[in-house]
Amino acid sequence: MRETLPAFVAVYTGYNIGGLYVDKNIISTLMNLLGRENVLTSKEDMITYSFDATADMPSENPDVVVTPDNKEQIVEIVKLANEKKIPIITRGSGTNLSGGTIPINKGIVLSMLKLNKILEIDAENMTARVEPGLVIQKLNDAAAPYGLIYPPDPGTVTTATMGGSVSECSGGLRGLKYGVTKDYVMGLEVIMANGDIIRTGGKTVKNVSGYDLTKLFTGAEGTLGIITQITVKLIPAPQYRRSMLAIFDNLDKAGKTIAEIISNKVIPATLEIMDNVTIRTVENYAKIGLPIDAEAVLILEVDGGIEQVVLQEFEIVKKICKENGAVDIKLAQSDAERDSIFAARRAALPALAQVKPTTVLEDATVPRSKIPEMLKALKKIAEKYNLQIGTFGHAGDGNLHPTILTDESNKEEMERVHKAVDEIFKVALELGGTLSGEHGIGIAKAKFMEWEFGKEGVAVMKKIKDALDPDSILNPGKIFGGN
Amino acid sequence: MTMYDSLDKVKAELAKCMKCGNCQEVCPIYLEEQKEGTVARGKIKLVEAVLKGDLEYTDGFADKLALCLTCKACNAKCPCGVKVDEVILAARSSIVKNKGLHPLKKFIFGTLKRPGLFNFGLKTGSVFQGLVFKKHKALNGAYPRFPFGLDLRRIVPPLAPSPLRDQLPEIVKADKPVKRAAFFTGCTMNYIYIDAGKAVVDVLKRNNIEVIIPKDQHCCSMPIIAHGDSITAKEMAKSHVDIFSKLDVDFIITACGSCGTTFNKHYLELLEDNQEYYLKAQTIASKIMDISDFIVKEIGLDKSKLGPVNLKVTYHDPCHLNRGMGVKDSPREILKAIPGLEFIEMQNADRCCGGAGSFSLTHYDLAMAIHKHKADAINAAKADAVVTGCGSCIMQLSDGMNRYNLNLPMYHTVEILAKSYAVKDQLDKTTAN
Repeated sequence: MRETLPAFVAVYTGYNIGGLYVDKNIISTLMNLLGRENVLTSKEDMITYSFDATADMPSENPDVVVTPDNKEQIVEIVKLANEKKIPIITRGSGTNLSGGTIPINKGIVLSMLKLNKILEIDAENMTARVEPGLVIQKLNDAAAPYGLIYPPDPGTVTTATMGGSVSECSGGLRGLKYGVTKDYVMGLEVIMANGDIIRTGGKTVKNVSGYDLTKLFTGAEGTLGIITQITVKLIPAPQYRRSMLAIFDNLDKAGKTIAEIISNKVIPATLEIMDNVTIRTVENYAKIGLPIDAEAVLILEVDGGIEQVVLQEFEIVKKICKENGAVDIKLAQSDAERDSIFAARRAALPALAQVKPTTVLEDATVPRSKIPEMLKALKKIAEKYNLQIGTFGHAGDGNLHPTILTDESNKEEMERVHKAVDEIFKVALELGGTLSGEHGIGIAKAKFMEWEFGKEGVAVMKKIKDALDPDSILNPGKIFGGN
Repeated sequence: MTMYDSLDKVKAELAKCMKCGNCQEVCPIYLEEQKEGTVARGKIKLVEAVLKGDLEYTDGFADKLALCLTCKACNAKCPCGVKVDEVILAARSSIVKNKGLHPLKKFIFGTLKRPGLFNFGLKTGSVFQGLVFKKHKALNGAYPRFPFGLDLRRIVPPLAPSPLRDQLPEIVKADKPVKRAAFFTGCTMNYIYIDAGKAVVDVLKRNNIEVIIPKDQHCCSMPIIAHGDSITAKEMAKSHVDIFSKLDVDFIITACGSCGTTFNKHYLELLEDNQEYYLKAQTIASKIMDISDFIVKEIGLDKSKLGPVNLKVTYHDPCHLNRGMGVKDSPREILKAIPGLEFIEMQNADRCCGGAGSFSLTHYDLAMAIHKHKADAINAAKADAVVTGCGSCIMQLSDGMNRYNLNLPMYHTVEILAKSYAVKDQLDKTTAN
């Protein structure tokens, strides 16, 4: 099977592919271990695990897909893979946006979907302990009767798994006020590349014992270990909320509004921005009455446990929008109106995706004060490379989603796209930002890592990788590209 | 060329898919199997692989593409509006063209195509069914005595001694006709659920609609489209276009979402490249209306005509009625308008029951696993009866009730309405005396 590997994969990832293969013996060992129905090998099945939700990525079929029932089986799989030096690509729902679960070096795809139990909701300590295959929303459903929520809410909250979102450290619309996944992960159980099981962190709010391994494995994209249990922090559900949509005819005015809201000590739960290209596309797609000549719209929501405070903050936000020259402000008077405001934001990506066959979505992130500068730079890049770029995103936390609308069958245009992507990351880093706000590095951004961390920074990360996974069997080729 | 003749025609739908995986949340099959090959984006990837030449028309490909209920839940969920069911149906047709039709299916579809033979077969079947089925004690149904391709645990409804269309005249006159409507009975009402079929005619008549029930109508062809035999399906579509084009009617009434969707959507797809038939099919499509929608939107519910029906009911949304024809509110409006009737909304009423027409024949265990969620929802609703708007759903629900020990009676929406009219009549007569 190994010889079918396209040469470019080896070049792309720098991964040493010599001597690796999954033969019949390995398949039959896996079948004995897991049961025949939990081991997929047909070409058709392999094709369906050759991709994830990331556009403009190479596809590669794994050799085998296994779905274990318990961690004991995972330990056996890891030992087998370690002995035979076979890559293991741990996968939840495969909804990530950085190519993190594409089995670029073939090997074993380890589907965690059967480890999907909620092991504990501890209302007194406001924590939950779950298995990695659990869909995020199910945790929220289970926490709701206790008046608690698990705040990270990536767009895929109803499909993505806890294990996947911890491994990618996903964010969402509430990042500004509530933070991202890593702010909620308190402890983990992890199977190491040699088959050892370790536990990190715990239930206590205060915990400074030893190195913070919990943070190390969170966002490690399955390259350092296989997460088998997750302890997370829950918080009281905000009881009150107020939402609005503010329209601006000028980017700077929108940018100034964002900065002033924060400097007035109001931290909205949601502070989203859509640029003109996105506004026009969304309006054309969903017909929800957005002004197509607006330069930017902001979608804002304040929430909290005390109604008066929420109302007060809402007044401040409204006032700042007006003072900064918002041409129109739409206040949500009911849940239905709130839903329609948020529908505009949720329609952004699907609407943009309709315009052209390929949608290259980035998540370069800058300090929030640099949002207007970043938006202007993106506009210039679009002009320079003659591309359609729609930008929307989480303005409040500086996490933008410049989205390039293109066609992967057009080679000449794709070259321009790749140049534009390079430049987007360059600008983001120059403005003091980062490659990824919430999607992770995967294979999509691996080649830019040195730009952000320098050779030395990347070398430190590689040393950690080498120490924990010396034969690079855990999701090889991700984060660093070459080994 | 239609999408059933060339897979290239669905390329635009494929291109829309951004592989986000949102379909995972709602696909009843994926939620059971949790394998990428069972969910929409996985199947789309496979169809793309075939179009690119990376994959042949293998048995494995055919098996994967067979795993779809065409319940359209993914269509409704998809942020990009991919019409996944069209991709599936086009691919199945392409598979049949490249691999041929299974001999048994070929025989069955050949029979469905020749309405006379199908009719004869089912009539003969109704006489001899006791030989092969034994009756179930409580439910209106029977177990197969021998495993002749049907699962032995399966409850199969009895065939009526004589089909609906034999029992009714071709033209049912109304006292003061205000409109003329044709009634497309569909197979389940013609051969099994005769009472529901009679209720449709009764309700129309009471509302002064003259009803034409063409004798030569036959199976709508949905099962045949679903199994990819588009050549037969095209012939059947043309035949129905011929039959219904001749009629001078304002509406064509269906009482099954799948039949209705076949008439107002699939015939247009099948006949897209035949100008003459396509135009006629368009006219027919514009006249198609589900009975509950017709009552609520065309006639208007006259509450003064409704008598009490003392029953606690819950309602199951048939996929093709709800997401296919967009009929969701009308059945509920009818039920809620009936005095004495208590309507209880079940959880996830619009989730597929797992029947999906012949899917439950080919994938029995999976269909029943999917049905478990429906049975649980029905159980939790604590109703006395289940109401729905599709014969195949009633078949699946009956079988599922047996499997999950829930012996509630089942009705088509229109049966409850007919009953309410009849009770009112009776009351009026008693007071008049």
